[in-house]
Formats: sequence, structure tokens, C-alpha cells
Amino acid sequence: MNSRAKRAADIGVWVVLITMPYWMTLIGGYTELGSRVIVLGLAAMALNFLLGFTGVLSFGHAAYFGLSAYGVGMTIHYLVPSTPLAFLIGVTVGTAAAALIGPLIIRLRGVYFAMVTIAFGQVFYFIAFRWNSVTGGDDGLTGWRRVPIDLHFTTINILGNDKAFYYLALIVFAASAAVMAWLLRSPFGRTLLAIRENERRGRFLGIPVDRHIWMSWVISCFFVSVAGALYALLNNFIDPRALRWDQSGDFVIMAVLGGMRVFWGPLIGAAIFVVLQDYLSSQTENWMSLIGLFFVLVVLFFPRGVLGLVRRRAAS
Amino acid sequence: MSLLSVENVTRRFGSLIAVDNVSMTVEPGELRAVIGPNGAGKTTFFNLISGFLQPTSGRIEFDGADITWMLPARRVWRGIARTFQITEVFPELSVRENLRIAVEVASGYRLRPWISRAAAAEIAARIDELLAMGGIAGVAHRLVGELSHGDQRACEIMMALALKPRLLLLDEPTAGMGDQETYNTTQLIRRLHRDQSLTVVLIEHDMRVIFHLADRITVLAEGAVLAEGTPPEIAANAAVQAAYLGQAA
Repeated sequence: MNSRAKRAADIGVWVVLITMPYWMTLIGGYTELGSRVIVLGLAAMALNFLLGFTGVLSFGHAAYFGLSAYGVGMTIHYLVPSTPLAFLIGVTVGTAAAALIGPLIIRLRGVYFAMVTIAFGQVFYFIAFRWNSVTGGDDGLTGWRRVPIDLHFTTINILGNDKAFYYLALIVFAASAAVMAWLLRSPFGRTLLAIRENERRGRFLGIPVDRHIWMSWVISCFFVSVAGALYALLNNFIDPRALRWDQSGDFVIMAVLGGMRVFWGPLIGAAIFVVLQDYLSSQTENWMSLIGLFFVLVVLFFPRGVLGLVRRRAAS
Repeated sequence: MSLLSVENVTRRFGSLIAVDNVSMTVEPGELRAVIGPNGAGKTTFFNLISGFLQPTSGRIEFDGADITWMLPARRVWRGIARTFQITEVFPELSVRENLRIAVEVASGYRLRPWISRAAAAEIAARIDELLAMGGIAGVAHRLVGELSHGDQRACEIMMALALKPRLLLLDEPTAGMGDQETYNTTQLIRRLHRDQSLTVVLIEHDMRVIFHLADRITVLAEGAVLAEGTPPEIAANAAVQAAYLGQAA
């Protein structure tokens, strides 16, 4: 895809995102659905930093997503009713956990890496599930809500106004996407592409591969933690399913569905996933099997995802 | 002082002794060929020098420092670059991007989240220089995976060269090439060796290439050093002839 088409795609994505709350309702959606798209889209893009641009498959990203979400919920519930502080604590907790677990797993490759990330994820899931007195256990952590942000001269009412929350989430999303895009275009980002393309060649160019994979893992988990914090604020609720392996699987599905070699692919994948889920789950209890079927069809016929197909058409 | 000094290096794989008590020294500016029949342990020997494998016993020194147990990336930082028997490049990136990664890493920018305009211009100039030197400027914007075998090889050699190595290890640089490509690659190696007095160790099967290029030849057979000497000495060596022709020595 040439640079002009890329720029047009960038502009298109931002126009759609910025105007979404205003036309969403006209086509039968609602603002909160838009917020879900950008929050889960950010999570899938964060996963794809590692999967699509470093070539490492994690099946445990929900752990850091969920840890951050619990960090937010528990801060507001037990410590201080401050949205920014809760956000900071949540993201710090999720990222710190990833940074500490990283050295234990970065030497593994392929399916072994994926299995061990699942295992670590399940550890956090069971802690959240069992530790009733602190996490609320299976029922989730309730009894807290996001708090309007007081900026002294004015107050942003993200609690009562869905659009205010949407735009706050969009600002966080935009900053995150910008930083990821910027990193991927840097010399550091190119070393990650090198590892994806040919680890052996990268190593013998003098790239300390394991260390760079650790950095990519921490960056990826940082942004999935950002998404997790937004997710908790969006729902005013958090339960152990946000940490579970099938939530990690949903992120992978979104990335693959949209196209993991394209920067915006996971966002498109998340939009398809969230909208299908919203529509199908109101029709049938077995909505997941329909999403599964759709996913299998995409993988069979468009192995590079929905955007991968568009890109190929544009190239030929 | 020798640039590379390998002392009594042995590598076993279970009961197989792939490299058996091999010693070898390479002087700065030398072009050394390592030859031997299939299964002689040539590639394993290369892997021990470049850090892809560690020896079971023995010691390897590079420029006076013990590198026996050093990680591959650190050996690269010290100045050892290599190519592989089966070309190792970044197939889904363009030739230019392949070289860019090598040049940026060699310039110490691998952790940089940004580079200045001046640095980017310097890198671009260096890439152009490498493209011209390798004769691949015409395919700079093509994906490496789409190129001919010879051009892919040239790209890999230029990536190794981008690292400004003091020792270049080439594992069968002309394997699978036609006559013209073999000739071009031979000329390229010769130029690099002559013009930049680069120290090169290469594994090769093509005798024309070896006798055209090498200052000295080391012959391996069944993991051990069978002979070492100048090309005429090796050509006249009865044990080498026996190993190659399968006669009883």
C-alpha cells in the first residue's frame, strides 16, 4: 500500500472514531457500544504490537488487562474516589506484573510461549476468583463507580454523560495508538520487525533478541493495561472473566480477524467482534459459536484478515 | 597477533564427535578457506566461532579476548559477522529495509525510539554505498523474498558487511549458484578482501572459487584438521586427495 493510501486510511479511521457517537444511534447502536469498540480495539492493537510486529503469540494478555481493571476498581472502592489516580495505579500494576513475569518466559518460542502465558494468566484468574473478601470472587467487584474528573476550573462528567466518557477514552486511545505507531517506525521498532521476519538473522546482526522481546512484551502489556483500566471504568464493574484465557483468546481473534500485519487491523477486528457480539447475543445464547464460524471462514478464505484482503486488492 | 585463534576445540552431539580437537589461527587481513567432504564438521566449526553453538571443550579467542562462551550478539558487537549456508534475510522486507536494520543496529541505534534527520541521512548514505558495492542498487525497493538466489546472497553478504566486521564468516557463499552468479560473488568477496583488507573465513565446495580467492586453506575431514597450507600445497597433498577421492591413504 502506498503512503497516500495509508494516509487516507489514517484520516478515515480518525473521522469515523471522532464522529461515531453522533451516527451510532442512527444505525441502531449506542454510545457505550462505541466505547467498547475503542477499548477492546486498543487491547487488540496492544496485543498485536507483540503478535503482528514482533511475531510472538501471547495467549495471556487478559491477565494484565484484568489486573489493571482490578487495580482501578479496587483503588476507587477501597482507597480514593479518584479516576485519574485509579487509572495510574491500575496501569502500573498491570505493567509491573508483566515486566516481572517477562524474564521467566521470553526465552520460550511459539506454542510454548503461548502455553506459559496462558498458565500465568490463569494464576491471576484463580486468585481473583477465589479471594472473595477482596475481589468479590465470582460475582465480581461491585459497589464502585467511575468518578467525574475535577479539573478545578471545570468538571468532566464522565459518569453521567456517555459521550464525555467516549471522548475521554478516545483521547487515551489516540495517544496510545500514536505512541505505538511512532515506536514501530523507529529503529527500535525495526529491530522488532527483524525478529518477526527472521530471528536468527536478527541475532547475528547483533540484536539481543530475548531482551528486545522482553521490551516488546512490556510495551504491549502496558497498552493492554491501559485498555483494561478503561474497560473497568466503562463497565463500572470488574469480574474474573476479564482475566480468563478466553478473554485473551478474544483479543487474538480480533487481531487475526482484522489483519495482524496492518496497524489498524485489530481495531477493525474488534469492531466486527463487538458489533456481532452485541447483535447476536440478543438473538441467541449460542452467539459465540456463530462468531467462531465467522472467524474460521475469515481464516480459511482471507488468511491475512479483513484489512489484509483490502490491502491486497489495492496492491493488485 | 592472530585475529582469531581456535585452540583444541571439540563439539560432541551425543556420541557423534562433529568437531574433534580442532586448532586454527587466522591472521588479520587473511582470506582463509575451510574445505572438506560433506559431514566434515565445517558448518559446526563455523557455528562454534559465531556463537550459534558452544564447544564441548576447547577455547576460542578473538582479538585477544576469550569468546568461547559469549552470546552471538556480543560477538557481533566485537566484530564477527556471518552468513549462512541457507540464506538468512528478512524476506518480507525490501532490500533497503534489510540493509537499514543492519546499518542502524551497527550504528548503535537499536534501542532508539527516534533518530535525528542528520543521522537518518547518514544511514541512507551508508545504505546507498552498500547497495552499490553489492551490485544490488537496481533491486533496492524489491522484497528480498522475490529476488534471485544470487541477489539474496549478495543482500545477505552486504548486511553482514553493514556491521563493519573485522572478521567475516561466509558459509558456502556460492552454493546453488550458476556460473555467472558464482563469478560475480567471487569478485565481490575478492574486492572486499582486497580493498578493505577484510579478514574472511569461508567454507566452500567450488574448487575454482577457493583457488581463486584463498591465501590459505584448512582441510577438515571427519571433524579433524587433515591438512593446512597454501592452495598449491593443498593441491599436492596426498592425504587431501585421498579424502576427496575416497582412496585408501
